[in-house]
Amino acid sequence: MAIDVAQAPRKGPARRTGRVPRRRPPGGGVRRGERLAGWLFIAPVVTILGVFLLLPILMAVWVSLTKWNGQGSPFQAGVPMAGASNYTRLFTVDGLARQDFMTSVRNTFYYVLIVVPTQTALALVLAMVVNQRMLKGKSFFRTAFYFPSVTSSVAISVVFLFVFANSGAINSLLGLFGVHGPQWFADSRGVLHLLLGGLGLVNPDAPPSALAGHQMLGLSWWDWLSGPSVAMCSIIALVVWTTSGTFMLMFLAALQNIPQQLEEAALIDGTNRWQRLRYLILPMLRPTMFLVVTLGLIGSWQVFDQIYVMSQGGPAKTTLSPAYLSFRTAFKDFDYGSGAAISFILFGIIVVMTLLQRFLLRERDGAK
Amino acid sequence: MKTHRPLWSRIGGYVVLGFFAVVFIYPFVIQVTNSFKSEADATANPLSPVPHPFDSTSFVHIFEGTNFPLWLLNSVLVTLLATGGRIFFDSLAGYALARLRFGGRRAVFAAILAVMSVPNVVLLIPKFLVLNQLGIYDSYVGLILPLIVDATGVFIMKQFFESIPVSVEEAARIDGASVFRTYWSIVLPIGRPALITLTILSFQGSWNEFPHTLVSVQNPDLFTLPRGLADLVSGSLGAGNQYPLKLGAAMLTIIPVAVIFLIFQRYFVRGAAEGGSKE
Repeated sequence: MAIDVAQAPRKGPARRTGRVPRRRPPGGGVRRGERLAGWLFIAPVVTILGVFLLLPILMAVWVSLTKWNGQGSPFQAGVPMAGASNYTRLFTVDGLARQDFMTSVRNTFYYVLIVVPTQTALALVLAMVVNQRMLKGKSFFRTAFYFPSVTSSVAISVVFLFVFANSGAINSLLGLFGVHGPQWFADSRGVLHLLLGGLGLVNPDAPPSALAGHQMLGLSWWDWLSGPSVAMCSIIALVVWTTSGTFMLMFLAALQNIPQQLEEAALIDGTNRWQRLRYLILPMLRPTMFLVVTLGLIGSWQVFDQIYVMSQGGPAKTTLSPAYLSFRTAFKDFDYGSGAAISFILFGIIVVMTLLQRFLLRERDGAK
Repeated sequence: MKTHRPLWSRIGGYVVLGFFAVVFIYPFVIQVTNSFKSEADATANPLSPVPHPFDSTSFVHIFEGTNFPLWLLNSVLVTLLATGGRIFFDSLAGYALARLRFGGRRAVFAAILAVMSVPNVVLLIPKFLVLNQLGIYDSYVGLILPLIVDATGVFIMKQFFESIPVSVEEAARIDGASVFRTYWSIVLPIGRPALITLTILSFQGSWNEFPHTLVSVQNPDLFTLPRGLADLVSGSLGAGNQYPLKLGAAMLTIIPVAVIFLIFQRYFVRGAAEGGSKE
């Protein structure tokens, strides 16, 4: 970036100064007309963002307080009001709405819990191997790792539907090692349940009544502790695979910003590679790490496209996410009020998660 | 650096790299090769990179048995208009916010930052509501108009214009050029690198745009490629899983972005960095 910036002004205008009229405008100051021009220049952007982003949010706040079903306009008299009940019944009323919402929160919680650390770690590893000075074919590898990030989420989901199909690539790969792969998109079993069952701690078909018999917010403790379903794991794999490239680039930029003298100094001090990583590189990557985790949290709580294409929330609702549930509630069940309420709560969740992460990382900084 | 890592360590490094390269590339290999297989072959040998027999009927089906050509046309239309709009309007606004002094500038910029931080999926229902209310739901206007500006682009352009020296424009302005004239013939040519980044990000973003098409149109004649593709997958095809056809259609959807990516890679890289620095 810096190079372009430094060169551009010298090249561009030099050619053009001759063409600029030499006359002085009658009575004109340099700053004259700036106010008008300023507002004219930003008018298109302000209008369109206002009409298609700001105004709709206000409209949706209103709709979330109604029981509008899509007929006519939600702003005319006679639309039944719901008050705050679209929000409260997601938390306090025992019913399908709360159960679905809590299921979507659980699913996405496990999804985020796996996706964010995995993509961050993978991105960091990729950046460090690509950043090696001796590496041949550096740009080839960088391209290969980054390419999935720029492709259409829908198109890539189609590819992964095939990759994870019953007779697809993953299962035939597993077959080479004699492993019989699961029916990925039909398998609603929770991974944590499978793990606990595999260790012989509990029987997944007859969960302990202490867990299955007690509820919290519409789901039993046993259901809360399911972990991501097998179907969700395939979506996790897809998302980690597509997003790591972008984050790799961010780490790569940060790594290249570490002054070479520092590394050389550390080398002269006789540090080994592990020490340089632990005490030099990782601390210097801290701001980038913070950014990557924040962007990861914000992005992964919003998971939608992949679910729309690959699983539509199934099997047994184990890939339902708040974003998809909000969409489905509005556009399939025609309950726009509840759909809007869910999307605002999702917004709240994202804000809280981001603040929480900020708080946690800052605390550790202080303690150091 | 003068340290020579031992041979085994370097070989190990390449093995790790090679492994990840395969993991990241092979799905695309599978996609391309399986789209040239027969359905039976794709089901029986999904991993094999060699179609046996070579069968291009899926592409005949894509162009004759589905609405793919129409989706392609719609995608081209949306992408051209959205990209053109963003280049012009985002750079205008970015310039004004960076350089021109007018009341309310700070407030507008703060509002744009705020808009950028609203998660996209939260806007699905709101967008539908406003399109519906304005009577442009299910029309080209509703499909395209909301996409012709974007907050991120304004931000990128503003950052760029702030990074270049102001002296050149001032000379032009003292010489009596109007604000627009200065912008058009002095500032825009200087802004070329940032404009290319913006063009590429807009192209990629609007070509791949999916959620907006879900809430702005339902008439199949208005589907873009991602929407049409999602429709194919959710079962509008009829009998069989028809993977070669779906993979072929997905591949054709990816190709334009892939070509642009390979040509203008460094601008994508810069875009990612810009996206990162906005926090």
